[in-house]
Amino acid sequence: MAKPVYVGLDLGASRTKVVVLDSRATLLGHAVKKSGVDFAAAAAACLEDALRMADAGADDVAGAVATGYGRNNVAFITSRTRTEISCHARGCHHSFPEAITIIDIGGQDNKIIKLDAAGRRDSFKMNRKCAAGTGAFLEEMSARLDIPLEQMNEMARQATETIRLGSYCTVFSATEVLENIRRGKPVADIIKGIFYSMIKRVLEMDSLTEKVVLCGGVVAHNPYLVEMTEELIDRPVLLPNHPQLTGAIGASLFALEEADRCL
Amino acid sequence: MAQEKQPARKKIESTGQMMKIMSEYFYDLNAAAASPTRKVAWCTSVGPAELLRAMGFAVHFPENHAAMLGATRMATELIPEANAIGYSPDICSYLTADIGAYRKGISPLSKAYPGIEGPPRPDVLVFNTNQCRDVQDWFSWYAREFDVPCIGITSPKNFTEVSEILVDDVSRQIEALIPTLEEVAGSRLDMERLRETVALSRECTELWRQVLETASATPSPLTFFDGTIHMGPAVVLRGTRQAVDYYRLLLAELEERIASGVGAVDDERYRIYWEGMPVWGRLRQHSEMFAGLRASVLVSTYCSSWIFPDFDPQDPIRSMARAYLSLFIVRSDAYKERYIKQMLEKFRIDGIIYHDAKTCPCNSNNRYGMPQRLENETGIPSLVISGDLNDLRCISDEQTRTNVEAFIEQLEESKRHA
Repeated sequence: MAKPVYVGLDLGASRTKVVVLDSRATLLGHAVKKSGVDFAAAAAACLEDALRMADAGADDVAGAVATGYGRNNVAFITSRTRTEISCHARGCHHSFPEAITIIDIGGQDNKIIKLDAAGRRDSFKMNRKCAAGTGAFLEEMSARLDIPLEQMNEMARQATETIRLGSYCTVFSATEVLENIRRGKPVADIIKGIFYSMIKRVLEMDSLTEKVVLCGGVVAHNPYLVEMTEELIDRPVLLPNHPQLTGAIGASLFALEEADRCL
Repeated sequence: MAQEKQPARKKIESTGQMMKIMSEYFYDLNAAAASPTRKVAWCTSVGPAELLRAMGFAVHFPENHAAMLGATRMATELIPEANAIGYSPDICSYLTADIGAYRKGISPLSKAYPGIEGPPRPDVLVFNTNQCRDVQDWFSWYAREFDVPCIGITSPKNFTEVSEILVDDVSRQIEALIPTLEEVAGSRLDMERLRETVALSRECTELWRQVLETASATPSPLTFFDGTIHMGPAVVLRGTRQAVDYYRLLLAELEERIASGVGAVDDERYRIYWEGMPVWGRLRQHSEMFAGLRASVLVSTYCSSWIFPDFDPQDPIRSMARAYLSLFIVRSDAYKERYIKQMLEKFRIDGIIYHDAKTCPCNSNNRYGMPQRLENETGIPSLVISGDLNDLRCISDEQTRTNVEAFIEQLEESKRHA
């Protein structure tokens, strides 16, 4: 093995993320792809890209851990799995080694995870069954309004008012959106309301203690959501360098640590 | 790391005997319904079964039937049948499943016990609202359907101590049932027979307590999932010799397991308390999931709800009242917290799982801050999983699995740092 590398695979409901670390936990490579309907294929393609970026080969992989919804679909790469809760916690603690409250906004799930200064988990909460407040909610609203996701941030910034969407339910929220369109409300105000509704649903899950870290793909692609969160909680939030990769980074750190323990 | 392996769940040998006495019970019920001389009473699971049995009624427990509908995964298809006639999906899914089954003429009894078409037709329905108001609505529906009397006890709720005033109240309510029951039965209550029945109930529930307390051993010889099956006789045969004999047999087997150091879960590493109802349609899946994570869910409030140390044959009616009032579910949060804390200590629990059953608010103790209060006071972590006793539409298996695995990873982390 020329240079051992450690791989973390986060097979999320929406996106598959793979990172490659060296033995000093330096990020050498990463890749993100749509998970689609074949988790294994998405993971394999992502792994290939991430290894190429790291200038490493499959033979260099000294340890790998999978996480996310599809974590059990990649037994051909690794049988080692961890839940996304543990991996996001580990990944965020790596960036911010202090007591933190992590808010992860994913494609299908939201999580609030509380860590003490040593990185030990005090508690975690996941959203209940509805996707309100998740990336899926944002995608649904984008489709309803026929506005591309990538344009929504800028449009929200142009809003003069915030339309309030009150429902727990994504489908009922969509009805509220349609009602506001019918009433002639500006689309920018509705989009701002959609972001507001998202973060409200997440913040309702648990209290926030200590410093707040935001992570997940939705945050990575929607800086406006970060600004709105800071405004809503009236304090700055911490953002890792790669918010979408924190789960995969956590998984790769577990792979590295477990390899260490085996030595 | 919480790495799931192939679970090895150990079979309880006494199960065969339990199946036999349960089978005899159901065939006897069926025979009673067909007999011109015997009467059938329907009773809630912590209703005045002792009184009914002493008066010669064959006793059917609709909650038991509803749990069977859940365990056989028939319930979810039947619940909408009751929803359609005005019984909301948000109310007790035992009620909606059972009424739905009746309306569709379906019963798991017919499959399990050839020759039995379904529950026996009632001559009288007797409830106790110590568990919830839904049981009264449930029984009232059948009373209208069959045009038979529906009587019962409206229990006080949310009290910390079982005071004499409360016992007076429920005693009077039990006594008030007797004239109607005598009229339906066509005979007078024999107090001596009631004493004998109460004595047998006391013995049965005392043995059941001993069975459940074997789980304090390390490793635990039985799990909550075993308990939900083996509590059958304590529910439907309380007050009979068969139940007493069965629990002696089961207790001996579990004591043998303890003596041999045999655990219900291979290589038990985590000891879990389950608070709330089981998810009947997921018993096997949950049992295997926890076993695969080396977690033994070994104690619950639910299975312990059929322990009645207050039964006293010398004072049958008053002691019945006291027993029916002592139920965990009917008590205040202050009592419940004190009780759970004792259990956590006695069974050396690492973590608590609260099942938030969508349609059973009375049996979901996570809704008014109790998990947070208990966690603050004991330092024992907890997890809430969303689900339901019977309605599988309220369940996300993937969310449950991720939550449980993450919880076990958290416990592992704590143990590593301890």
